[in-house]
Amino acid sequence: MATTAATRRTWSKPPFIRDARLRWTLGLGVALYLAIAFGTLDINWTRVAEGLPRAEAFLGAFFPPDFVTRWDAIAEGIYESLWMTVTSTVVGILISIPVGLGAARNLAPKPVYYFCRGVLAVSRSFQEVILAIFFVKLFGFGPFAGFVTLSVATIGFYGKLLAEDIEDMDPAQAEAVRATGAGWLQWLNYSVQPQVMPRMIGLGLYRFDINFRESAVVGIVGGGGIGATLNTAFERYEFDSAAAILLIIIAIVMAVEYTSGHVRRWVQ
Amino acid sequence: MLRLENLQKRYRTGDLALKGVDLSVPDGQIMALIGPSGAGKSTLIRCINRLVEPTGGKVFLGDLELTSLGAGALRRARRRMGMIFQEYALVERLSVMENVLSGRLGYVGFWRSWFRKFPQSDIDEAFRLLGRVGLDHMVDKRADELSGGQRQRVGICRALAQGPELLLVDEPTASLDPKTSRQIMRLIAELCKERGLSAIINIHDVMLAQMFAERIVGLRLGEVVYDGPPDGLTAEVLTEIYGEEDWEATIRKADEDEDAGDDEGGGEVHLLQLERDRLAGLT
Repeated sequence: MATTAATRRTWSKPPFIRDARLRWTLGLGVALYLAIAFGTLDINWTRVAEGLPRAEAFLGAFFPPDFVTRWDAIAEGIYESLWMTVTSTVVGILISIPVGLGAARNLAPKPVYYFCRGVLAVSRSFQEVILAIFFVKLFGFGPFAGFVTLSVATIGFYGKLLAEDIEDMDPAQAEAVRATGAGWLQWLNYSVQPQVMPRMIGLGLYRFDINFRESAVVGIVGGGGIGATLNTAFERYEFDSAAAILLIIIAIVMAVEYTSGHVRRWVQ
Repeated sequence: MLRLENLQKRYRTGDLALKGVDLSVPDGQIMALIGPSGAGKSTLIRCINRLVEPTGGKVFLGDLELTSLGAGALRRARRRMGMIFQEYALVERLSVMENVLSGRLGYVGFWRSWFRKFPQSDIDEAFRLLGRVGLDHMVDKRADELSGGQRQRVGICRALAQGPELLLVDEPTASLDPKTSRQIMRLIAELCKERGLSAIINIHDVMLAQMFAERIVGLRLGEVVYDGPPDGLTAEVLTEIYGEEDWEATIRKADEDEDAGDDEGGGEVHLLQLERDRLAGLT
């Protein structure tokens, strides 16, 4: 030891993957795969070039947006979408509360935990459009299918985040309320709920925002709402009406986002 | 009267945190539990109200055996044991009043507590307690707006709101400055005397323990190695509890402190506190 102390000692950060051979094999493998993947992409530049003026004509047809001609259909679509958004957000959140409680490791016994995690995993594994196609097949065209789709998607989203927020809570506060002799529901109400509430209100508003945007997509596959109106407008080549719908969607999304930001700051 | 019989706790990792502790605390006695980190102090008081399940032995509160109670009976028994925590453990987003009233949760039904409609007698008592600790003008402040000392006083009110017979106190001064620590310890001691409560106080600070407790129990590696009066803590005893160290300063200072009296006093006390802090830093 005495001799090494006298010589100069060097230091460099230990590599993330210690085995040099494995490190190089992985690096080269990734590089090779990327090269091949981009090679098969086969971009046809002449078609890209032709597409550009077409995009110009297409976008030109958007202007000026026409709110008037199809106003009745647009208004009906918007109402339907808002209705769908509100109901599916509320129902989705209400269902996701018990599921989320069950999916929190520090609250639920093992069997309940696995069951609830399973429910969340299933409802999260399909994108809204796929769920919508499925529910349109089950319940027929119209906003009810859209409502069910968005509710199921909300359960997966909100339940998972609720469970994770509960798992991250401060155990000392929970322990203190438990020590008073509180019942389980009282304990939830007095120690868990105050800790997760602000974030959950924020996420609820965020989900409202997502559900409104998704309601447009869901409508395109037959789930009713503004998406259906938008789809019809595109099919009839009424791009000026479509532009009006898009502008309204943008306005509503911005309004919701602005409000939710304010509410979130207020509940902190 | 609290009685522990051969109390054991083995954690799932296999660590034996309590190796058969026998202890009894008569009514009205303030007992300090000292010992190095990892000695099992926290585990011991949590085994009493079963926030931690003991793996062996028995706990009696009066004639009631706590270790064999079912969930409902345990909740009723917990009402009789108020707990005060390290770092206060107030529910930060609830108001001062809600935190104090949460001490009454074991007595009121779910819907009453949900709508915060507690019986008037509970609210009167909460105001009386908050008045006693000098915080009755802050009832609607959120707990996270208070200072450390104020928070701990709310914590004390929450524990007392239960109308307990016994206080379990876990490192009440761990995150407080020396002056506030003394005030909090004095408050706990006074309130115990006023209400005839017994208390088990886990505390790292040997001097505070000597100042405010009638009895000291030293715990090392899950075993009681000292049980006696505060002035029986000699250098040998402290070495037995904590291990080899120069203890002379700690012991002398404790004696002088008691003569010095109130913390509002002059520079002498202040100097002593500074020196004590320095010593604490060294150990």
